[in-house]
Amino acid sequence: MNLIQRQRLLRDHLLSHPAAAASEIRGDASAGLAVYHHAYRAQLIDCLRDTFEKLALWLGDELFETTALAYVEANPPRSWTLADYGADFAAALTKIHPDDPEVAELAWLDWVLRRAFDGADAAPVSADALSEVDWDAAVFTFVPTLSLNLMRTNCAALWSAMAEDVMPPPAALLSASGTIRVWRSGLSPQFKTISSLEARALQLAMAEYSFGEICAIAIDEANDSNAVNAAGQLLSVWLSDGIIQGVR
Amino acid sequence: MTSVARFQGFGLGLRPPHYQEFLAQSVPVDFVEVISENFMVAGGRPLTILDAVRERYPVAMHGVSMSIGSADGLRDDYLIRLKKLADRLRPLWVSDHLCWTGVEGFNSHDLLPLPYTEEALELVCANVRHAQDVLERPLVLENPSSYLVFADDEMSEWSFLAETCQRTGCYLLLDVNNIYVSGTNHGFDPTAYLAGVPADRVRQIHLAGHSAGRGLLIDTHDQPVPDPVWSLYEAAARKIGPVATMIERDDNIPPLTELLDELDIARARSLALKGAA
Repeated sequence: MNLIQRQRLLRDHLLSHPAAAASEIRGDASAGLAVYHHAYRAQLIDCLRDTFEKLALWLGDELFETTALAYVEANPPRSWTLADYGADFAAALTKIHPDDPEVAELAWLDWVLRRAFDGADAAPVSADALSEVDWDAAVFTFVPTLSLNLMRTNCAALWSAMAEDVMPPPAALLSASGTIRVWRSGLSPQFKTISSLEARALQLAMAEYSFGEICAIAIDEANDSNAVNAAGQLLSVWLSDGIIQGVR
Repeated sequence: MTSVARFQGFGLGLRPPHYQEFLAQSVPVDFVEVISENFMVAGGRPLTILDAVRERYPVAMHGVSMSIGSADGLRDDYLIRLKKLADRLRPLWVSDHLCWTGVEGFNSHDLLPLPYTEEALELVCANVRHAQDVLERPLVLENPSSYLVFADDEMSEWSFLAETCQRTGCYLLLDVNNIYVSGTNHGFDPTAYLAGVPADRVRQIHLAGHSAGRGLLIDTHDQPVPDPVWSLYEAAARKIGPVATMIERDDNIPPLTELLDELDIARARSLALKGAA
């Protein structure tokens, strides 16, 4: 058996525990093979526990471990970095815990905050640098750590309570879906729940609609000329939160 | 390709619970070792901290994901990112393990054992040469702990390492605990291992603890260095001479002062050997 065949055999052992690998081992193979079989799963579960810290608190040790193991068995890692493991965890949780939508939403929040933590650096633009901007034509670029997601549950309140080490409220569906905005300010990941108006404007801005176009759409959709003022206030919030990297 | 100069000193692995102490005070170490992959990120706090640490201490880079023994070769995307970090840090050296972690796209993220055959030796040497070409610096290879040996091994691990150094010009990171763990697990004499490695290629020593598993010792890095490993360290230091020596703790991480006390034991044992000589 050549090297690549032997490595495939050990890989298959890690993934599914067949006995075939034992024939290649000198002496009693069972103890050594069991160490690698266990270590593979233990390390990936530890990685998920570290990345999805608040979700782990929410589920508790036993349920988190069962959930993580189900994910590990179905999702062999392919990236060179463990940091990528868990990229599909939130999506998988919608199937593993279909009746508890807060589980997948907590996972999304844990994941995006972790990615914001070590995401690319970018200096936000200051209001002073924008005095000459033609706002009708202005198109924004945003800091690379910015993410949005529409939430059905009170996962933001759950996450915040656990971060503050206080008893979280019961999981609940929101009366109307809300959007969470995640970004990094300086070195600190942040999130906030934003209005539907801001979510709509931000989605348009991230799709490179100009500020003039965003205002026009806001007036049209809200049927309210004050929507322009509201858009101006949003711009002020985006600047103060440091999510705009540039304006062109 | 440049050579790797010997660096005499005593260091610690840089771990998150100790970041602030390393930055807030002058910790009495001669160097720190960082896990390369933890800093192969786009930006944010990890790289900010690392840059600040690098201003205060010499840094050795220690990787876990090169997979130098993968039969289908190395990942250039990984090597390019590793080189970018090395160019930023200007480390004492860049090390990784004699093992494979994955094949054909799968990555176990564990240090899996290689058979010690001529076929594997040729493959590892080709991979080491490729890594050294991309990194533009010599590689330092660490002996792993292992929990099985292959039925058709054609040479010992130490012969395999010695031959790899000879054929590629790479260097060695000798993990004394790993020698002890593998020696116990597979029934070889650790002193024969020490006698078989080329002392002039060793650039670093790792000291760590282990745990007893079911019929095997496990390289857990979650315990103080035990007496048998200290004894083996003395034998290694006698053979190799003064070389960068480090306490490696990855789990159950104690207060920094505890690790510094342990590092003082290494200093004292090394000094005693020098005195005796």
